[in-house]
Amino acid sequence: MLGGLALTATAHAGSATSIFSPAGTPAQSIFSLSMLVLSVTAVIFLIVAGLLLYAILRYRHRPTDTDREPPQIYGSNQIELSWTVIPILIVVMLFLTTTRVILGTEHIPKPANALDVTVVGHQFWWEYSYPKYGVVTANELHVPVSDPASMTPTYLNMTSADTDHSFWVPRLAGKMDLIPNRINTMWIDPQQPGLYLGQCAQYCGTQHAKMLLRVYAETPAGFAAWIKHQQQSANEDFTGNPEAAAGKEVFMHNACINCHTVRGTVATGRFGPDLTHLASRDTIASGAFPNNAANLRQWVDDPNSMKPGSLMPSMHLNQHDLDLITAYLITLH
Amino acid sequence: MSPATRVMEAVDETQAVKRPAFEVIYDWVTTVDHKKIGIMYIVYALIFLVIGGVEAILMRIQLAVPNNHFVSPQVFNQLFTMHGTTMIFFMAMPILFGFGNYLVPLMIGARDMAFPRLNAFSFWVSAFGGFLLYFSYLGGSGLYAAGSAPDVGWFAYAPLTAKVFSPGHSTDYWTLAVLLSGIGSIGTALNTVTTILCMRCRGMKLTKMPLLPWLYLVMSGMVFIAVSPLTAAQIMLMLDRYVGSHFFDTQAGGSAVLWMHYFWIFGHPEVYILILPTFAFMNEIIPVFSRKAIFGYPAMVAASVGIGFISLGVWAHHMFAVGMGPAGNTFFVFATMVISVPTGIKIFNWLATIWGGKVIFSLPMMFAIGFLFQFLIAGLTGIMLSAAPFDWQLTGSYFVVAHFHYVIVGGIIFSLFAAFYYWYPKATGRMLNTTLGKWHFWLFLIGFHLTFDFMHIPGILGMPRRIYTYEASRGWGTWNFIIGVGAIFQAIAVIIFAYNLVRSYFKGDIAGHDPWDAWTLEWATPSPPPVYNFAHDPTVNSRRPLWDLKHPEEPDSDFE
Repeated sequence: MLGGLALTATAHAGSATSIFSPAGTPAQSIFSLSMLVLSVTAVIFLIVAGLLLYAILRYRHRPTDTDREPPQIYGSNQIELSWTVIPILIVVMLFLTTTRVILGTEHIPKPANALDVTVVGHQFWWEYSYPKYGVVTANELHVPVSDPASMTPTYLNMTSADTDHSFWVPRLAGKMDLIPNRINTMWIDPQQPGLYLGQCAQYCGTQHAKMLLRVYAETPAGFAAWIKHQQQSANEDFTGNPEAAAGKEVFMHNACINCHTVRGTVATGRFGPDLTHLASRDTIASGAFPNNAANLRQWVDDPNSMKPGSLMPSMHLNQHDLDLITAYLITLH
Repeated sequence: MSPATRVMEAVDETQAVKRPAFEVIYDWVTTVDHKKIGIMYIVYALIFLVIGGVEAILMRIQLAVPNNHFVSPQVFNQLFTMHGTTMIFFMAMPILFGFGNYLVPLMIGARDMAFPRLNAFSFWVSAFGGFLLYFSYLGGSGLYAAGSAPDVGWFAYAPLTAKVFSPGHSTDYWTLAVLLSGIGSIGTALNTVTTILCMRCRGMKLTKMPLLPWLYLVMSGMVFIAVSPLTAAQIMLMLDRYVGSHFFDTQAGGSAVLWMHYFWIFGHPEVYILILPTFAFMNEIIPVFSRKAIFGYPAMVAASVGIGFISLGVWAHHMFAVGMGPAGNTFFVFATMVISVPTGIKIFNWLATIWGGKVIFSLPMMFAIGFLFQFLIAGLTGIMLSAAPFDWQLTGSYFVVAHFHYVIVGGIIFSLFAAFYYWYPKATGRMLNTTLGKWHFWLFLIGFHLTFDFMHIPGILGMPRRIYTYEASRGWGTWNFIIGVGAIFQAIAVIIFAYNLVRSYFKGDIAGHDPWDAWTLEWATPSPPPVYNFAHDPTVNSRRPLWDLKHPEEPDSDFE
């Protein structure tokens, strides 16, 4: 049964979020430990289940039996000692191996060239900031790939602004909770460029299900370019685009600015995601929808129609203002 | 004349006299008889089993296909909160206390529990908790809006339960319901410990006591130690919500991790509080239907006590992803792995009990065999989860949901069904129907494995628990569909079982006082037993008094 499970799961190792297709050091060492634990337990299962099955079939009551009661046996010290000592040995072996992986993940010195990212969990989105570069973004985490020869891991220093959350990108590492009043750290080192998916793994409220995670691993050059772009202030060039310019006015004169930051403007709210480079992201609403004009417009109009329980209120804008504000938002690339 | 024969002479006091319904109800409501209270616990737990089961089916329908809109996110969150709370506090705990209430005094040759009125109080206070939990559907905005049932999860992690994140009264209903259930549990535990320690019949030294009361003794001791912190935590949470204290209120500097410790220092021993009585059922059923004495009685007792102690030191294995650091993590890895040793001893001793016996495939034994295989798997996935790094991947995923349903459904529910088929004749005087029972067994077995076997896989493929929907592109759809089909199978099986319970009460075959040719004292009383159980206080010389009676040529007392 367990073997079957392992096989089925391995067959699906290609899944975008399978724990059996690791793409970074922590996930890889967890994977190796998992294989060991799975093999040990599978062997135990086969032996014990086999013995049980044998006993049930071999010692079933037969109509031909003359004696109703079999010989009564009350116990045996030797036998019982053996099935106490052997499991203890297995436990000690598993414990030592597990401890080695724990120390290898949680207790290694931090390389000098590691990148620090502060992760703050919110109901129901992720805030990422890069203190070294003065960059703040949301929902889509960009990190450099880490060459195994000279590791450049990313250290995620994580906390929560409201309820508990948990950061889980199965192909990169296990999960780590984000807890208010507490900073937890985990590190990741994706070794291939690409997009790694995951999602919040600790129940955090109504929209826990759609608090999705997207980690973009970039080549060193790609990452440097991304950072450089993110460091710039928001787009202010509305030449030939009067709608966007008017949309900016709508944005700045509504409650949007209480919650959102657009760097270089009067909008400096911290409650919702930073929108400075909103249009440069692939998705909105924490990975729940593709980032395009139609979705943005509906989102501003009535977030709860798309993601019930989202904390952003409907802005009650008229159709004209909605068009303008959408025109503005798509210029924030 | 041996003491046990004298016991069998007891007069049948349950003469069927037609009485007005009011009198019958009044009699049940005011009863302090341990058997009636036991039956009331069991009936109330069965009602909650059905309610919790319906909640489970609704969730499985919602998740059967990706992007489903069968229920809203909030309703889904209420469903898993109510399902978990109901099944743990208002199904599993009361039903196990019900069996304990019924069986412990009978098996130790006592006439009732030590404190019959406390017994009735514990029942009613706990039943009121269940009522209150479901009253929340009407409370608050419930009558006018979508309902205000709690939606904070059965674990109710801080700070989601704080007033600011959980306004309204739904969380208050949850807190009060759990608090009342805890008070009832502590009362019953106190009663059970006192009964077992003070009211055993003549000759029944602790070493000659059947294993069922032994396990209830350990379990009750654990209830004191584990449920008390939970009760304290509920009171602290109520203070936070009502008078503005800040134990768990993180916005004012309180600690979310503190709640986790309080909750799991209850929550993990709770698993063993639930599993020990089910071990107890196995210890009675497997020997009788293998026709052998239990193998290694002293080791079984020692293993139970060992599990009781160690289980109090493993709670933080629910918190491997909380950031305890390597020292904390390794300690809890060790404690958790070590507990598999006494648990393994139990499985091996059951195996040895079957070995060399003459196994009779009666319904109780069929469910017991199902239990053995499923509990083995539950234990092995438990070992996987105890390896903290593996747990960093699996915790909060569907793999964990699969694991603990193997424990709770594959272990506890299967052994409860075994116990029903085994002791129903004693409590009602009639046998349960075998044909219906076999339909129940096979449908439930198949449904169980369809549901919970396949539930491991979405966990491995990265599906977190407690999500109301998922994208089709994640590749979890097929698995969830199969899981849903299995859940329907289980529901049909439970309907057959319920029908069997009712039908057999009126039409079942007459059981007689000892239909299974068993060996413990309860089978020396008429079925159902009279109010005071035993006409004469029994005396025993061994762990199997009726064996000695039936086999005077080789009595147990010569070998123990």
